[in-house]
Order: sequence, then structure tokens, then C-alpha cells
Amino acid sequence: MKLNGARILLECLKREGVDTIFGYPGGTVINLYDELFSFKEIRHILPRHEQAGVHAADGYARATGKVGVAIATSGPGATNTITGIATAYMDSIPMVIITGQVPTALIGNDAFQEADIIGITRPCTKHNFLVKDVKDLATIMKKAFYIARTGRPGPVVVDLPKDVQIAQTEFKYPETVEIRGYKPTVEGHPKQIEKAVAAIMQAKKPVIYVGGGVILGNASAELVALAKRLGIPVTTTLMGLGSFPENDSLSLGLLGMHGTYYANMAVSNCDMLIAIGARFDDRVTGKIASFAPHAKIVHVDVDPTSIKKNVRVDLPIVGDVRDVLVKMLKIVDEIGPDAEGCRQALASWTAEIDGWKEKHPMAYKQATSTIKPQYVIQRLRALSDPDAIVATDVGQHQMWTAQFFGFTAPRTLLSSGGLGTMGFGLPAAMGAQAGFPDRQVMVICGDGGFQMNMQELATIVQNRLNVKIVILNNNFLGMVRQWQELFFDKRYSSTCMELPIDFIKLAEAFGATGLQATKVDEVDEVIKKGFSIKGPVLMEFKVAREEKVLPMVPAGASLTEMVLAS
Amino acid sequence: MKHTIAVLVENEFGVLSRVVGLFSGRGFNIDSLTVAPTNDEALSRITLVTRGDEQIIEQITKQLNKLIDVIKVIDFEAENAIEREMVLVKVAAEDQSRAEVLRIADIFRAKVIDVTPKSYTLEATGTPAKVGAMIELLRPLGLKELVSTGPVVIGRGAKGWKG
Repeated sequence: MKLNGARILLECLKREGVDTIFGYPGGTVINLYDELFSFKEIRHILPRHEQAGVHAADGYARATGKVGVAIATSGPGATNTITGIATAYMDSIPMVIITGQVPTALIGNDAFQEADIIGITRPCTKHNFLVKDVKDLATIMKKAFYIARTGRPGPVVVDLPKDVQIAQTEFKYPETVEIRGYKPTVEGHPKQIEKAVAAIMQAKKPVIYVGGGVILGNASAELVALAKRLGIPVTTTLMGLGSFPENDSLSLGLLGMHGTYYANMAVSNCDMLIAIGARFDDRVTGKIASFAPHAKIVHVDVDPTSIKKNVRVDLPIVGDVRDVLVKMLKIVDEIGPDAEGCRQALASWTAEIDGWKEKHPMAYKQATSTIKPQYVIQRLRALSDPDAIVATDVGQHQMWTAQFFGFTAPRTLLSSGGLGTMGFGLPAAMGAQAGFPDRQVMVICGDGGFQMNMQELATIVQNRLNVKIVILNNNFLGMVRQWQELFFDKRYSSTCMELPIDFIKLAEAFGATGLQATKVDEVDEVIKKGFSIKGPVLMEFKVAREEKVLPMVPAGASLTEMVLAS
Repeated sequence: MKHTIAVLVENEFGVLSRVVGLFSGRGFNIDSLTVAPTNDEALSRITLVTRGDEQIIEQITKQLNKLIDVIKVIDFEAENAIEREMVLVKVAAEDQSRAEVLRIADIFRAKVIDVTPKSYTLEATGTPAKVGAMIELLRPLGLKELVSTGPVVIGRGAKGWKG
């Protein structure tokens, strides 16, 4: 039977296991939306802005591990998706974004609502496709999903002209996919892995440095097993938080610019750094020349371009992190008793690290009545479900969440790490909630970032998405203010959000519940009440206005040059 | 260090801009670039000349390989490859210099492909070094216009290079 392109697209989504999509209709996707009207197998959620739609699909993908799907119309709809796509690209999130396009005969004619979205998204997608013939549509969709989820994952754009949605053809979904220029290396080289394990076993001061790749590659269990077996301390990047339980004694927490004193000291003093699914971002390394100066570096990553991009690497292993970790564990098992000896040999190293932990633990000064933002984060952890999902926005609250929440499971922190996109948190939480209707989902944001996508309160209420919104309100764009305080002589240029917004009324205007705490002894009450109400709740915490995120490694300085909390 | 890199790609629209975009987006240089379909019409071969230290060239080849439409990348080593480029060059040629232009053309086995009372247009092929040497000899005589394909490169030996 012949189907039109719009229907074929939906059939492809169904065959890829897609059950939820986020999209915004418009002139060039109206045919697609007409098919969707009677297509009941897919839940469609209408955001209030295409950027938020893409962030929602991104949050859905981060939380569930499935490919997130978003739809936008041509022209402005498509250009509105760019920030969302770039966010997903920087954090390697598997997504397929479908954009409408003007009819093929009009492409290049400056038609109404035309934008060269293939050209525009080329540098911020893993790949993109313009569908010129309906006969190619099914194959392109198969390739799009395959590319998005394999190797180093990433967003793929499929640009679908209006006439291709209308044109009909016989539908057959390909069972296999063959792309001769795309063969990601999955299996790590056995000899390299053997060499790496041998080197690791000989190290006196090893540290494991984990990035988002371990979460994307679903390799947390293997990571935990290896670290515990050998007794090697683990530090994670922002994207790696949750891959290793922070309540474990081997956990060093976050490293880098706002990392813990002990993680940065451990990395700076180690003789063996095992980087797994991480890419040596400048926020992690600080000054490259003095990063891990005494260490031999083993780097495991699925993307060969990540290896030796920023730092020298002694033992590169290209491959799927889980495959590599499984093989490492097997070798360790074969060695058997010697592995125990290896762990015991690290006693003096762990004692040295414990010394750093004792000297400068993660701490902040508690106040008598004003609310410290770090305190709110700690209370949120204490009063939320153990498997709660936390989305963050970008800025100070994001770093406090990373420092003080204490993540213990993968895919429970959703945060824009690479691009650092303000406005990400609320829609990402919305997407995660759509993926896990029965789990507690909260977004922790600042007053600035919240306002960047606060229109999504409408989507949340309309779709009965049970999202708990936590606003740490300091009436500042806090992270920029902090930099201005430290490096620009307190000249707070355009960082004070002078208009006091009544967030409670705002929540109520959208049909959500609004709660507020202004004193420290109200914090627990608001959190408990917020979590107990079924449905969307906005909890506003008026926090200490000029609190800083510490420790801090100034941009370009070495990891050992930390500004510490007094 | 100069490198001549050959890139075998899908012969589809937009592929060249992916390759070029990779260079411009990362601040890598392209000295020259040439592209045309191969014996397999589904494939095109790009030859580009770029420069950078070892780390940059490694990044360039890795990033090229990462592009979905790129099938193969070879950073040719001079000793295992044959490199040729073609130039068309218009030289002023009046009175006393007319014979000199022809002598130089003859030495470099260049062909005269157009002639006027005031000029010769020559076609020359060869290694970039040879072609460059000819240009330098012609320059003092009055170089009016120069157009070059940039080098193309092929490996030595019997083995062909396919997708």
C-alpha cells in the first residue's frame, strides 16, 4: 500500500520505538500534523517555543537513554531549534530533529519561511539530511536514528520539504543500515587494553577521571566494579556525575574549575590518570601545561578525535567504554590475587587523599536566618526520592547542585555541560517527566535561567507533567556577578535582575502551585509541601544574594591554584 | 609542515561544504583544494594541501574521518606518492622577451595554448616544485595571470585506492 511522506515518517518513528515527541506545528509541517492527528501510537507534546521542544526531547533522551525526537516547522521554527541542537551536540545526546522545509521546487528561492537549515546546522549536528525524494525517506530515517545513537551519540537533523510529505510511495522500513563512511569503533584494541591494565596495576597513585561517556555508554556498573576491585579513587566531570556513587569512600566528587580540593589535588599529584569517556575540557583541566603533570595518561573514548586533542596521552584506547571496561575487568579477574595486592599497595595514596579531604572538605558557612543556596540543595537531596531526577539550568545553582547534591545513580542529573545553555533546565525536566511519569522530577534553576524558558509552565500544566521547579533566587545573574566580584572590581554590569518578580503569582497564573521560603527555617517546610502536592509546583527560595561558588580555579590557572571557601 | 591529504567522499550535494566547514570552523588552513568524481561515480576525491604540526594534522585527519560522508582519508607521505599540478599562465611577450618565454616553456615542457602579439599563454604540469620553478623564471618577464589546479596526488605501486 502506498503511503504519503508524512505517514511514512510517523511509521518510521514507531518502528524506532519512539513513543513521545515534542513539536510545534507550522505551514511546512501541517501535513505531518494532519497525519499525527489520527496516529495514536505516539504522544505529542506541544511546547511553547521550539527551543524548549528540543531541550525537552534532549531531557527525555538524557533521562531514558532513548533517542529524543523533536519537530519544528521551516524558517523561524527551524532556526529556533539551533540552541537546543547545539546543546545536545556538545553533550553528545542522541536526538533526531525533524524540520519542515519549503517545497523542493522553492528551495533556494527565498520562499516564505525558508531557511537553509541544513547549512545552518552543519557544524552543530552529528549529521543532517535533506530529503529530496519520498522514496529515500525511510532509508534516511533509519540512517538518522542509527547515526544518532551509535558511536559517540549526537543530534541528527532531517529536513523534510512539504511536497515530500505529500508525495506517496510504497513503504518498507529497511531492516539493516549500511553507511560505508560510518563505522564507529566499538571494540577496544585487546593489546592496548592489556597494556593499560598492566600499567594501572603498577601505578602507586592512580586516579580515574570519568566523563559523560560512561553515562551515555551505560557503563556505570562496570566502572564501579573496576574502581572498587582495584581500590582506585574516582573523580567525575559535571557530565559524569551519577556514574559513580558519591557516597562511596572512593568518590572524590567533581574536578575542575569548581571541583573539590581533594579531586584537584589528587589529579595534580597522581602518577596514573585513567580518563574514561571524558574529553579534557578546559573547565576540567585548567592550565593544560600543569594538568596532571606527573601522570601517565590512559584515555578510553569512543571518539578518536577526543584523544590527544588537548592533552598528551600515553595509552589511547578507542572503543565503547563499556566494552573496554568489561575487558579490563576480565583481565583483572584473571590476575586474581594480585589485584588484591594492588589495592593494598594503594593504602598510602588513599591516606594522602583522606588528608586532603580532611583539610578542605566541601563546606559553606551556615547563616542564622538567610538561606544559603547550598543548604537548599542538601535539603532537596535529603527530602527527595532516592531515584529522583534533577535537571539544572546553568550558573551558580548548577555548580552548587553538582557540589552538594550527591548523585548516586546515572541519568539522574540532566545538565547542559558543554554549551552551558541557560534556559535548558525547565524544558529538560519536562522531557524527563514525560519519559518517567512515575518518578520524582525536579529542576533546580536560578531566577535568570528560569526566565529564559518560563513559558514552558504552560506546557507543564497543560500536559499534567509533575515537575517540581526550584528557583534559587538571588536577583542576580549570579555566576557572572561572581566573576565581576572577583575579577572586575565588583562592577556589576547588567547582572542585577532589578525587577522583583512575584514567582508565586506567576505560577498561579499558569495554573501551577507557587511556594516561597525566605528564611532558613522555612526551607524544609516548603520542600516537603512542594513534593507532597501532586502536580507542578514552583518553590522559590530567596537565597543569600552574594554567595559564591567555591572552590574556584580561575580561568587559565592550574588546578592547584584554587580559591577556597574561607 | 605542508601535508597533501586525499579524501574519498560520497559524491553528493553538500559534502564539500562539510569538509571545508570543518577547516574553517576549527581554524585550520587550506592552501589548495581540488575535487572531482572518481572512476566510481558514486565517489568524489578531494585533494587538499594544508599545514600544521603533527598534532594539528592528526586532528585534521581524525576530524575528516569522523564526517559521515567521508569514506577514506590518506595523509600522503612524499616518498610513497606522486604529486602533480597544472598551471595556466599568461606571460607578457614582446620583442626581446618573446624568445625567452618560449625557451623557458621548452625547458619545462610547457605547451603554448594561446598566443597574441603581446603575450603567450602556457600550460604546464608537473610537481609543485617544478611548476613553481617555472613560474619564478617567468615572473620577471611579466606575469599577467596565473591559475593553478593545486596538486592532485596518487600512491605509487600497483595497488589502487577505493572505497
